[in-house]
Amino acid sequence: MLTDRIEREIVINAPPQRVWQALTEAEHISGWFGDATEIDLRPGGAIVFTWSKCGSHHAVVERVEPPRLFSFRWARPAGEPATEGNATLVEFTLSPDGAGTRLRVVETGFAGLQVSDEDKAVAVKENTEGWIDELGELREYAERPAA
Amino acid sequence: MTLRPGPDPRGVLAVMADSTRCRLLEELATGGAATATTLAARLPVTRQAVVKHLGVLTRAGLVTGSREGREVRYAVHTGPLASAADWLAGLAAEWDQRLAAIKRIAESG
Repeated sequence: MLTDRIEREIVINAPPQRVWQALTEAEHISGWFGDATEIDLRPGGAIVFTWSKCGSHHAVVERVEPPRLFSFRWARPAGEPATEGNATLVEFTLSPDGAGTRLRVVETGFAGLQVSDEDKAVAVKENTEGWIDELGELREYAERPAA
Repeated sequence: MTLRPGPDPRGVLAVMADSTRCRLLEELATGGAATATTLAARLPVTRQAVVKHLGVLTRAGLVTGSREGREVRYAVHTGPLASAADWLAGLAAEWDQRLAAIKRIAESG
């Protein structure tokens, strides 16, 4: 049956400290999530992920345990503060793997997202279109040679 | 929270987050269409509770009921479940893309 959990993993040929920087430093975050990022890196600190086409998404830092654990709760609807009914939890775990790092991401809380009766069809359509745009950009970014 | 029939995967996940509804759906999926009375006999819940949960499942588009004499027979409608699974698979694929981007950034430093 369905589970309310997404779990993915990748092995990176760089030490955890280096992966930690890619995950938590504003200039690097915009390379994998959004186009611009503001981050106050401490539990309870605010994050704003801005997509030039889709607006800003607010998030709250949950745990900061360098270089092992970083998590945040991000609001799925653009422009809204993260609350219990609109946010999912994203948790990154870093563990040494030889000379490199095993990076795991777990996103949970989809079942708790509240669905507004009136707007949900429209909202889902907009989200889907937004994500399709963003995916294309991610692919372009990922396929560009490293600067 | 009210849920209407529709393609919203979040609604489907919220409905499925309840263990009794999950059991009911599994019963219907494995044992075929059944009435509330039959289902209540197979699960440790009252018929009244089964009827209530079937109502939620019906509104979410996960089961459809058809009248048979004095009872209603419920059958699984797999469409919304498949859409929700597809939605989650899509989100997982997005994470794969993001992890690949993180790898690229970390390895280029």
